[in-house]
Amino acid sequence: MQLYDMPDERGHFGQFGGTFVAETLVEALDELRVMYERYRHDPEFLAEYAHDLKHFVGRPSPIYHAKRWSDKVGGAQIYLKREDLNHTGAHKVNNTVGQALLAKRMGKPRVIAETGAGQHGVATATIAARLGLECVVYMGSEDVKRQAPNVFRMKLLGATVVPVESGSKTLKDALNEAMRDWVTNVHNTFYIIGTVAGPHPYPMMVRDFQAVIGIESKQQMQEMIGRQPDAVIACVGGGSNAMGIFYPYIDVPNVRLIGVEAAGHGLETGMHAAPLTANSPIGVLHGNRTYLMQDADGQIIETHSVSAGLDYPGVGPEHAWLKDIKRAEYVAITDDEAMAAFHSLCRTEGIIPALESSHALAHAEKMARTMSKDQILLVNLSGRGDKDINTVAKLANITL
Amino acid sequence: MSRIQSTFAQLKQHGKKALIPYITAGDPHPKYTVDLMHTLVKHGADMIELGVPFSDPMADGPVIQRASERALVHKVGLTAVLDMVKTFRKTDQQTPIILMGYANPIEAIGPVAFADRAKAADVDGVITVDYPPEECGSFVQELRKRDIDPVFLLAPTTEPKRVDLIVNQASGFLYYVSLKGVTGAANLDIEEVSKRVASIREKTNLPVGVGFGIRDAATAKATAKIADAVVVGSRMVQVIEASNEDSLLQNVATLMTELKTAVDSANS
Repeated sequence: MQLYDMPDERGHFGQFGGTFVAETLVEALDELRVMYERYRHDPEFLAEYAHDLKHFVGRPSPIYHAKRWSDKVGGAQIYLKREDLNHTGAHKVNNTVGQALLAKRMGKPRVIAETGAGQHGVATATIAARLGLECVVYMGSEDVKRQAPNVFRMKLLGATVVPVESGSKTLKDALNEAMRDWVTNVHNTFYIIGTVAGPHPYPMMVRDFQAVIGIESKQQMQEMIGRQPDAVIACVGGGSNAMGIFYPYIDVPNVRLIGVEAAGHGLETGMHAAPLTANSPIGVLHGNRTYLMQDADGQIIETHSVSAGLDYPGVGPEHAWLKDIKRAEYVAITDDEAMAAFHSLCRTEGIIPALESSHALAHAEKMARTMSKDQILLVNLSGRGDKDINTVAKLANITL
Repeated sequence: MSRIQSTFAQLKQHGKKALIPYITAGDPHPKYTVDLMHTLVKHGADMIELGVPFSDPMADGPVIQRASERALVHKVGLTAVLDMVKTFRKTDQQTPIILMGYANPIEAIGPVAFADRAKAADVDGVITVDYPPEECGSFVQELRKRDIDPVFLLAPTTEPKRVDLIVNQASGFLYYVSLKGVTGAANLDIEEVSKRVASIREKTNLPVGVGFGIRDAATAKATAKIADAVVVGSRMVQVIEASNEDSLLQNVATLMTELKTAVDSANS
């Protein structure tokens, strides 16, 4: 019997999730919902998806025992799920491959995406090039400036990058603009959302495409050490890499699931991106109901994190649900703590982690110290840090 | 009978159609909003659609986005908007006011508390862009209990089955969005709109308003021939945006006069 069966047919995870969109988008979402239902269990579709994950993305990604780092930390053994080794350097591509294959089956010749740091944009541009789809990526103009190498990568891959000048000129505004494009061009356009947010069916669909991370992990841990970890740790912005690794573990007893949000300059400063940990109020944004950073008037407030990929005022509705039912725990790590873990992993293991993933690493470090040497932590190393070298250099006052 | 319903009934008696201008509350500055509302009424507004500024107006084009941003500079949120309606009501108890905005400011106050406060401010109708009928059943009941009309949008893409669902929840009038896309986009296909409005009328006796894409006398007149109400949003906001402190009220009055003449000339 399947114990956990979420969301309901309208996309609700308890009071969270749902389809909070303008009437102009309802039909497009209905079409997507019906088509995804048709293909999510279709053997031919799943075979094509599995084939692309293996031959194009390079899956399965290995699990690596970070032994030297575990010894240095002192305590539990830390294992890393190496999503950084995927084609394009992060977990994002698992989802873009799935959605792009769906777009093709739906006969949509054009795909659009929003991106913050640019990883999801690159992953979308990549699969669009491979499938011969037109690709337009919306990116806040602030992010365009901060992430110039990824902008260039997208252009090399044939995508059009549209800088978004409205609002705070960051990820949330890019998402608004992509929605506006979709409303206008819905007849020929598929919107590839990059995280487990947005209106139904996106949170469920993105989770399903990312679940390959957890499915592989369960098998690999069994093969490597004959048991499952004591805890699985992943960073949470919108929350797609965390949902991907958590989901197959939800029904597994005695495995703690820990999501790590960005505490930025510290929760007490208000300059963070940690709606779950900071107990932000519940609200509605980008098509779903969730915990949301906002002011007393219900205006969405600006977030802060050293890692652009965690810089989002909301969180996927399934994380809100897992928090409320106490199946997952959520904590927050500051910019400084994440940077320390970043450098530590670089020096001890020869792995440059993404700043996003460094938040999960920093929390693993904290936890491991309190645990015994025979206990096991599994960290989702969701991306590689090459994209972050400019940010890291700048923090150290180094000009590249 | 609600103020919106009686306004439509009176217009119908005189063989007229409603002109409903939209402005964003607090744009260009909160000090002008109540004066702007009175100016709209003086020059022919039968009802007013008052936009509630929101940080993330997903369904709006650049013109109304900028209006929202101008208002948010002065921290105009839902509470401030309700205060503006109260002030307006001191000298105008006739003209229906319909708030138009997004769900989150309402969620922040709480749907029940919002309904109470909207009633206290004498608001007549509420359009919540991202509350489709499936997600707002109890909110609709709270509004209707207080004789506030929940007004819903219908799109060119709305399936006939959903039209049934929506007309069952709505009261006051229905708002047909005449374009695929965001506010302020592209041109109006009046024949297509005419067909859709006719098919909506087969399912309901509620008045049908048409908005999105009405920019001038010609489009206003053409729309008034087929709809019960003509909603003008982005064009109004553009005029406000292009005005300075001295010309603001005059420019709005000029546009209103042009639109009112056009709507009235559509009498069949």
